[in-house]
Amino acid sequence: MINREAGVFQTGYQGDMALYTLPLAKIAVCGTLGILLLLPWPLAQAGNEHLMSIVNTIALASIGAIGLNILNGYTGQISLGQGAFMAVGGYTAAILSSRYGMPFWFGILAGGGMAALVGTLFGIPSLRIKGLYLAVATLAAQLIIEWTINHVPWIGGGAQSSIYVDTPRFLGLVFNNEFRRYYLILVFFLLAYVGAQNLVRSRVGRAFIAIRDRDVAAEIIGVNIFKYKLLAFAVSSFYAGVAGALWTYYLRIANYENFTLVVSIEYLTMIIIGGLGSVLGSVLGAIFIKLLPIVLDITVISIAKRLFGISYENVANFLANFQLLMFGALIIIFLTVEPEGLARLWENVKRYFRLWPYSY
Amino acid sequence: MRNWKWLIGLFVCGCVAGVSGTTALADEIVIGGQCDRTGPTKNVGTQLCPGVFDYIKLINKKGGINGHTLRYIEVENAYKVDRGVEAYERLKRDGAVVMLDYGTPIVYALTPRHMEDKLPGLTPGFGRADSTDGQRFPYIFPMAASYWSQMGAAMQYLKDKGGVKKGSKIAYLFYDNPAGREPLGVFKRICDIEGYECRDFAVPAPGVEMSSQLLDITRRMQPEWVVAHLFGKAPSVSIKEFRKNGFPLDKVISLVWGAGEEDMQVAGWDTAQGYLGMQFAGVGRDFPVIQDIIKMYQAENQEVPEHVGWVYYNRGVLTAALIAEGIRLVLEHEGLPVTGEKMQKGFERIKDFTLGGFLPPLTVVRDDHEGGGWVRFYQTKGEKLTPFTDWFRGYRDVVLDEVKKAEKAEKTEDKK
Repeated sequence: MINREAGVFQTGYQGDMALYTLPLAKIAVCGTLGILLLLPWPLAQAGNEHLMSIVNTIALASIGAIGLNILNGYTGQISLGQGAFMAVGGYTAAILSSRYGMPFWFGILAGGGMAALVGTLFGIPSLRIKGLYLAVATLAAQLIIEWTINHVPWIGGGAQSSIYVDTPRFLGLVFNNEFRRYYLILVFFLLAYVGAQNLVRSRVGRAFIAIRDRDVAAEIIGVNIFKYKLLAFAVSSFYAGVAGALWTYYLRIANYENFTLVVSIEYLTMIIIGGLGSVLGSVLGAIFIKLLPIVLDITVISIAKRLFGISYENVANFLANFQLLMFGALIIIFLTVEPEGLARLWENVKRYFRLWPYSY
Repeated sequence: MRNWKWLIGLFVCGCVAGVSGTTALADEIVIGGQCDRTGPTKNVGTQLCPGVFDYIKLINKKGGINGHTLRYIEVENAYKVDRGVEAYERLKRDGAVVMLDYGTPIVYALTPRHMEDKLPGLTPGFGRADSTDGQRFPYIFPMAASYWSQMGAAMQYLKDKGGVKKGSKIAYLFYDNPAGREPLGVFKRICDIEGYECRDFAVPAPGVEMSSQLLDITRRMQPEWVVAHLFGKAPSVSIKEFRKNGFPLDKVISLVWGAGEEDMQVAGWDTAQGYLGMQFAGVGRDFPVIQDIIKMYQAENQEVPEHVGWVYYNRGVLTAALIAEGIRLVLEHEGLPVTGEKMQKGFERIKDFTLGGFLPPLTVVRDDHEGGGWVRFYQTKGEKLTPFTDWFRGYRDVVLDEVKKAEKAEKTEDKK
C-alpha cells in the first residue's frame, strides 16, 4: 500500500504490533476492502459476468499461490505438488458433499484439513532432503496422488475420475451466478490473505524464515526443525486444499485434470513472478499468470483487426501462437527487470513516489 | 530502475482494451465456439476449427439461414479449464445462443453452467458418454457417437464381420486417462456376454512409450483383434509399434481420435497401410458440402488448404452443419428471437439429417442427444483414408443400459 512513514512513532506495544501501523495504510486497506466488496455492483449493473469470472479465477488462484508461497517463499522448501494437494481438497469436498450431503463450508474446511494431512505426510522427506532433491520428492507426491485418484474408484468416482457436486447454498442463498460466487470466494480469499500476513510475522513465521535462511543455524538457535518444516507443509497444503475445494464448488465438479503437474508448475511460476516470500506478491503473480493470457488474447486479436484489418479466422493459428510468444517474452522481461518479482517492483514504485518529485 | 513506468503503462493499456466488448447486430445470430490451437490437442484444433469457420462462411455466402446471417466467434482455450470458463463467459456476454465446447475437461467443467444458463453446448466427441441422456443433461448435445457407442460398434463389427466367436482373444489398448478408460466398462460387459477372452492394456501419459504393452499384446496374448483408443501422439506411435512387431494393422480398430491423416503422416503412410479407423463424420472431399467449400475458395481465387476434407476438418464442418440445422429448425418452428432455450428445442427436432451422406442419418430426441450413435470405418490405403464400411451401430441395448446405470448411480449418490 502507498504510504509515507515519516513521523510515525509508537508509544505502546499494541500500536507497534498492529498489522498496519500507519494511519494512511489503514485507510488504504479500508479503501481496498471497500472496492473489493463493492466490485460486483457496477459489473452486475452492466450484466458483465465475464469480468467477474476472471476476478473469481484470480482470487481462487491467489489462495493457492499464497499457500505455496508460505512453503516455498518463506520456508524455502521447494514443492512441485501444489496441484495434487489441491486435488486432495477438491475430491474430499466433492465426496463429502455428493455422497454424504455435507454443506459446502464443511466441505471446504474438511478439504483443507485432508490436504494438510496428506501434505504433512509427503512433507516428511523434507526432514532429510532439501532443494532440488525435495522438489523431486514432491513430484512423486503429485504422481502418486494423481494415480490414486485415477485408479481408486471410491476416490475418483469411476472411469471418468470426476464427481459432480450441487451448486453450493448457504442460509437459503444459492451461489448460482458469478457475482454470488465472488462473495463466496472473497470471504476465503480475505481470510487466506490476512491469515498469511499475520502468520509470517508471528513466532511461527520467523521460524519459517530462519529455516529458509539457514536450517542448521535455525536449529542451533532453538527452532524445532522437525515441527516447523512439517507445519509449513501442513499450512501450505491446507491453503491448497481450500483452494481446490473452492475450485470444485466453483465449477461444481471435481476433476483431476484441473490439478495436474502443469498446474503445479503454473503455481510455482506465479510465486516466482510475484515474488518469493511475499503475500502480496503471490496475489500479483496470480493476477499476472491468470489475467495476462486473457488480456493478450483480447488485445492481440482486436489490434490485428482494427490496426491491420486482419480478421481472426484467417490467421487464427498465428495469432494464438503469437500470444504464447508474447506471454513467454513478458515473463522474461518482468523477471529480468526485477528478479525479485512483482512485489519488489511495487516496492520500487512506492519508493520512487516517496521522494517524488525530489529524488536524488 | 525506470523501466517499470512503461511496463505498467503497457499493462494498463492492455487491461483497458480488454474490457471493451462487441455487441451483436439485429439480424445476426451469434454462435460461440472454443478451440485449442496451441495446447496438447493442437493437431486436432488447427484442422477442426477452420472447418467450422468455413462452413459458417459458406452459409453466409448463400444468404444465411432464412435471411439471417451467422456470426461465429472463436475463443482459444489452450485446453485449460480456467481459460475455458473465461471463454464461456465471454461468449455468453457477446450474445451466443449456442456454443461449441472443446476439450473433455472443459466440457466437464462447463456442463453445470450450460444447465444454469439454459445455453446448449455441442460437445462432439468430447465429454462424458452418459450426457447422451437428454433427461439428465437437457443442454448438452454430444451429437456424435459417444465412446460407449464407439466401443459397441467396434464389437458389433468384430462379431459380424471380424470372425470372432466364443473364446476369441480381443485386446483393448487405451490411453490411461478418463476418456481412455470410459469405454472399458462396455468392453468388459460385451466380452462377458459373448464369452470372448479379453484383456486391457493401459498406456500411461504422455502415451509415447508403449513397447512393453505392444510386446505383451503381440507376443504373449496374440489376440485376433485389437481395439485401440489413443490420443495425441500416441496413435502414430502405436501404428509404428504394431508394424514393428509384425501385427497386421487391418486387425487393429482405432476409435475416433486415433485415425487422422496427421497420425498416418507421422507414422509414415507406408507403415500405416491397412489401419482401420472409426469416424463419426465423412472423410475426404467427395461430399457436396466439401465441394461447395472448395468452390467457395476457388471463387475467391484462394488456394484450397490441404486439410480440407481431412478427418478433423470434416468434424468441424459436421459441428457447424448441426448448429446451422438447429438454427434453421428454430426459425422454422419457434421464430425469432433465437435463444438458448429455443435452440435446445431446435436441436431435438433434428431428424434424419445426413447432409448428402456426409453424416450418418442423425436423429436427435430428448432421450438420445447422441443422434443414434452411428459410426463408419475408414481404412488407410495409399495416401488416403478410404471407406471400409457403411454407417452402422451396435450393442445399442448395452450402451443405453450403461446410460441408465449411470443415472441410477448418480441418484443413489444423491440419496446418501
